Amino acid sequence: MASNDQVQPHPQTARLDKAPMIQPGHSFGSITDKISSIVLSRQTPVWWFIGFGIAFLMLMMLMNAIGYLLLKGIGIWGNNNPVGWAFDIINFVWWIGIGHAGTLISAILLLFRQAWRTSINRFAEAMTLFAVACAGLYPALHVGRPWFAYWLFPYPNSMGLWPQFRSPLMWDVFAVSTYATASLLFWYVGLVPDFATLRDRAKNVWLKRLYGMLCFGWRGSARHWYTYETMYLLLAGLATPLVLSVHTIVSFDFATSVIPGWHTTFFPPYFVAGAIYAGFAMVLTLAIPVRKAFGLEDFITMRHLENMAKITLVTGLIVGYAYVMEIFYAWYSGNIYEMYMMFNRAFGPYWWSYWALVLCNIIVPQALWFKKVRTSTIALFVVAMFVNVGMWLERFVIIVVSLSRDYLPSSWAMYSPTRWDFMMFFGTIGLFLTLLFLFIRFLPMISIFEMRTLLPEAQVHED
Amino acid sequence: MRPKTPIYGMMAEFTDAKSLVEATRRARESGYTKYDAYTPFPVEGLHQAMDVHHTRLPMIVLAGGIIGALSGFGMQYFAQVIHYPLNIGGKPLNAWPAFIPITFEVTILFATFAAVLGMMALNGLPQPYHPVFNVDRFEFASRDHFFLCIEADDPKFRADETRSFLQSLQPREVTDVPW
Repeated sequence: MASNDQVQPHPQTARLDKAPMIQPGHSFGSITDKISSIVLSRQTPVWWFIGFGIAFLMLMMLMNAIGYLLLKGIGIWGNNNPVGWAFDIINFVWWIGIGHAGTLISAILLLFRQAWRTSINRFAEAMTLFAVACAGLYPALHVGRPWFAYWLFPYPNSMGLWPQFRSPLMWDVFAVSTYATASLLFWYVGLVPDFATLRDRAKNVWLKRLYGMLCFGWRGSARHWYTYETMYLLLAGLATPLVLSVHTIVSFDFATSVIPGWHTTFFPPYFVAGAIYAGFAMVLTLAIPVRKAFGLEDFITMRHLENMAKITLVTGLIVGYAYVMEIFYAWYSGNIYEMYMMFNRAFGPYWWSYWALVLCNIIVPQALWFKKVRTSTIALFVVAMFVNVGMWLERFVIIVVSLSRDYLPSSWAMYSPTRWDFMMFFGTIGLFLTLLFLFIRFLPMISIFEMRTLLPEAQVHED
Repeated sequence: MRPKTPIYGMMAEFTDAKSLVEATRRARESGYTKYDAYTPFPVEGLHQAMDVHHTRLPMIVLAGGIIGALSGFGMQYFAQVIHYPLNIGGKPLNAWPAFIPITFEVTILFATFAAVLGMMALNGLPQPYHPVFNVDRFEFASRDHFFLCIEADDPKFRADETRSFLQSLQPREVTDVPW
């Protein structure tokens, strides 16, 4: 966790690290007070109530959509034969992908000793959790009888039945539930020392007790920190292959089937890159307004935004490469169905979705090559929104366009979503935002103890 | 359990990390064995100063991962080969490549739990009460101050000598830690 890159910076590094990770003039105390006061303050800003209210209304819309779904069954959706997978899987993959940036920031950047991750990791991990919660809703509801969704888990039952472990859909169940559990644990243990800080800063005796319980009685013992840091590093080492495996397995849902456009070996890396791409765009989308609203520009500096923009650009280029390779594979396969799939994507009835995807995911993000764009919050926000939409369209193109026209023209059919599909989709955005609003109000959204380690006073060096 | 000593220990408060690391090293060099430092963040070099170089946590996590891998694969093998064999087009029952993804996920799941629960067990958490919390100023240990506590059941502990030793480290102040 401690950053070594501030120690005697290499001339090259010094130039790159010109923008600070934390604005000068802060001390251990001021960092602690600034972050914990957001949580402990009695006054809730008006914009919070407005934002939360809108998000909560959208959540209620989701409840409505789910209620009607339980009453009527999944026939209320636009899914048909052959497009049996539509909005539910598009949104599942979209949400899961968004979650991946959180794990990347908290685990992979930790292993790479990227100290700048410190001020955004807590926030991004929370985003992961909430995105996975939204994602998990879709397959659970898509099974048709969600009250039997627990049949997906292997448990001893009187019927003597087991799930089919050879199915990629079962792999998905294990991947997503492990991912959700591991992310929750990683996030929670990261919060433990900060809960101790809140316990010591809270004035209200009940709040003190609550935080005291949440922090397990953490007292900052040096022996504890030693084990804690070892654990944190081990968890990062475990989460790194985990996050790569999750989207790999999600892509297996497609790659192990024989639908044109799905049956390719390069789906796992393509999907993982897309997930990180979408996730960083979402972190930018959320971090830009939040840092402004809470005046956290000192902690989430331009350097963070610029670094995230660079990762977005790199992963976006990988995704762009994957799109080109899709065209190449279709041609190189010599398979008429694969070639038709590609033609159908670009010039078939859903042509607009393909070209909108190219615009959002390939053309617009090229603006990130320019430093002017990377250092302008408004421009970054706009580009990130394009990527959010683009990554949703990518899944639409892969899923709906391939399914609607596969092998037999006699079984082709067009798909169009119903209003229930849209209510579910915007409803999960409501669920996501509701959880996020509660998070930024009630939990420290920046890791306080890790921020302290960034200060020069935290470095102890023997001369 | 009745405490054997009249107080839990004696605590010195420092305002910067460097003094604490130095004080901790001096405490160890003076022959104290039962002491602990309390800091608002993990201070680099502090565990070396305390001569704490080893934790069993990596072994616990490795064990968790191995148990996870065996149970993940074992569960699938048991289900699809022994307990409920389904012959699908004559394909092998023990389709081990298809069992790998779930085996991997269960490995990570068990190792993650081993890491978190192992950390809690090794650190003796959750621990709702601890005598150090009786010190009024200890709330700064989670903010910006650094504490060194020498425990009273240390064989070398003598109230007056230990106090003057701690005073010699130039702390902000030295206080008794009552039970």
